[in-house]
Amino acid sequence: MHEVVIISGKGGAGKTSITGAFANLADNAILCDLDVDAPDLHLLLSPEHKRIEEFYSGNEAIINQEQCTKCGLCEAMCRFSAITQTDEGFAVDPMRCEGCNVCVSFCPPQAISFPSKHCGTWYESETRFGTMVHAQLFPGEENSGRLVTLLKQHARKRAEEEGHELVLSDGAPGIGCPVISSLAGTNLAVVVTEPTLSGLHDLKRVAKLCTGFKTKVAVLINKHDLNLAQAKAIEEYCQEKGYPVICRFPHDNAVTEAMVQGKAINETGDSTASQLLEAAWSNMLNLLHDSK
Amino acid sequence: MIYAIASGKGGTGKTTVTASLASIWETPLTAVDLDVEEPNLHLFLKPEEMITGKAHIEVPDADEDKCTGCRACSELCQFKAITVMGDTLLTFPEMCHGCGGCIAICPEKALTPGKRELGEIVTGKSHGNEFIMGRLRIGEAMSPPLMKQILNDLPINSQGDVLIDAPPGVSCPAITAVMRADCIVLVTEPTPFGLHDFRLAWEAFSPIGKPMGAVINRAGVGNNDVYDFCREKDIPIWAEIPFDRSVAEAYSNGYVPVKAIPTLKPTFESLKNSMQKAVNEVSHA
Repeated sequence: MHEVVIISGKGGAGKTSITGAFANLADNAILCDLDVDAPDLHLLLSPEHKRIEEFYSGNEAIINQEQCTKCGLCEAMCRFSAITQTDEGFAVDPMRCEGCNVCVSFCPPQAISFPSKHCGTWYESETRFGTMVHAQLFPGEENSGRLVTLLKQHARKRAEEEGHELVLSDGAPGIGCPVISSLAGTNLAVVVTEPTLSGLHDLKRVAKLCTGFKTKVAVLINKHDLNLAQAKAIEEYCQEKGYPVICRFPHDNAVTEAMVQGKAINETGDSTASQLLEAAWSNMLNLLHDSK
Repeated sequence: MIYAIASGKGGTGKTTVTASLASIWETPLTAVDLDVEEPNLHLFLKPEEMITGKAHIEVPDADEDKCTGCRACSELCQFKAITVMGDTLLTFPEMCHGCGGCIAICPEKALTPGKRELGEIVTGKSHGNEFIMGRLRIGEAMSPPLMKQILNDLPINSQGDVLIDAPPGVSCPAITAVMRADCIVLVTEPTPFGLHDFRLAWEAFSPIGKPMGAVINRAGVGNNDVYDFCREKDIPIWAEIPFDRSVAEAYSNGYVPVKAIPTLKPTFESLKNSMQKAVNEVSHA
């Protein structure tokens, strides 16, 4: 089985639109949205939930006012400035609490409870392109890396059960926790980039991260014709690093129009876009098979 | 005052808006890039006299000779960053959140403060303004500790306003970036992806209770659902930046849009006034 994740470093480069188009081309894949913080793939794939599971991760400190002796040790020991004195006594700010257990462990009268935290929901769904595994972290929550790992494990399991050869995932932006979790065990990262100064800057950082994880990198330049000089700079960088460029996709309002209609780019009858994406898909499959 | 420019979704134009605002704001101003995973603001503001310092988080250093294997540390740690296997005390610095609990609880003082590099904090000058950015070390999973160090050191009040370019999303890094702000500007675009993430951002940031307004970037593409949502939730629209290929081209070359396209200046002046007015209304309320 292979695992491919579409990432970009930067948000808004077109990861989800590309993933949607690839999902349309994949006839033997489990689909997965690993951007648990701001998932968008469901807007293109209109999934029908078959399984809904709550996601619990970590714990949250809560001070019981009746037991609290107001000694202030919790506030002094909290490294996250999550505990403050209010009119009603000491209180934990859930937005700042990391669930580290320090205040709970050191509280002399044991006045702090530590319930587990409901952080989000994950789903297994049916879409017109096959099974999709996805989630929504509650706004403001953390532990997205753990949720990403959980989704990947579930997607892998479904792929094995259903005899699929590929797990195709839409990744998260950035290079932090969720992306690191996305890359673990992944065979190929398709980095969607744009011909802009920031596009090249972000590509370099995320590609370095992939290399650190020994994940093979392929590059898709979106909005290729927006700035040909910047596109050339990206091509030169890719050549120097040995990253194959699998597609040069033009700046095209059809991408936004497809999004508004809730369709993949290659479902809207634009034959040039479809041909480019088919070529990208086949280039990507070749890279996958070569890597084995 | 601290103004945070946030978005929910990446790629909506946070950095463009921050850079444009910084270009028209009264000095002194501090422009801060808190999108430490992929900082881009410096590509537009082109700061000079840059000074780079390393930022660290405290992690435990273990002295195995002193460890008696009591496991108080591993029982306290919630992040699987320390464990005792047989007679061996093992630490996993990458997993550590720096809470200091293991060091405080060890009865044998076998754990002492050590450090892990989070990344860099870069400071510089841009057109008479201060510039600060964080750059997360590649391979480092946690961005909030680096962001908090930058926020703790901000020169507030004495040196004018602060504009923060926040990271995308609505989870812990984005919350960290807006937590101390006096005003939050939400940049969105009128597309289904834009609306979906804008809605999440609104849900995440509303409880903070700070004045919040929207900037609709690439106005004219997509559909009108974002406008309907703003009406429904009473979110003021402080600016609309029309969709224009020349804006995208200016961006691609690292030009600040308000400078490259002078017709945008009134839009950003009015945005700035709305932000300041929203903050003043709160402080006089």
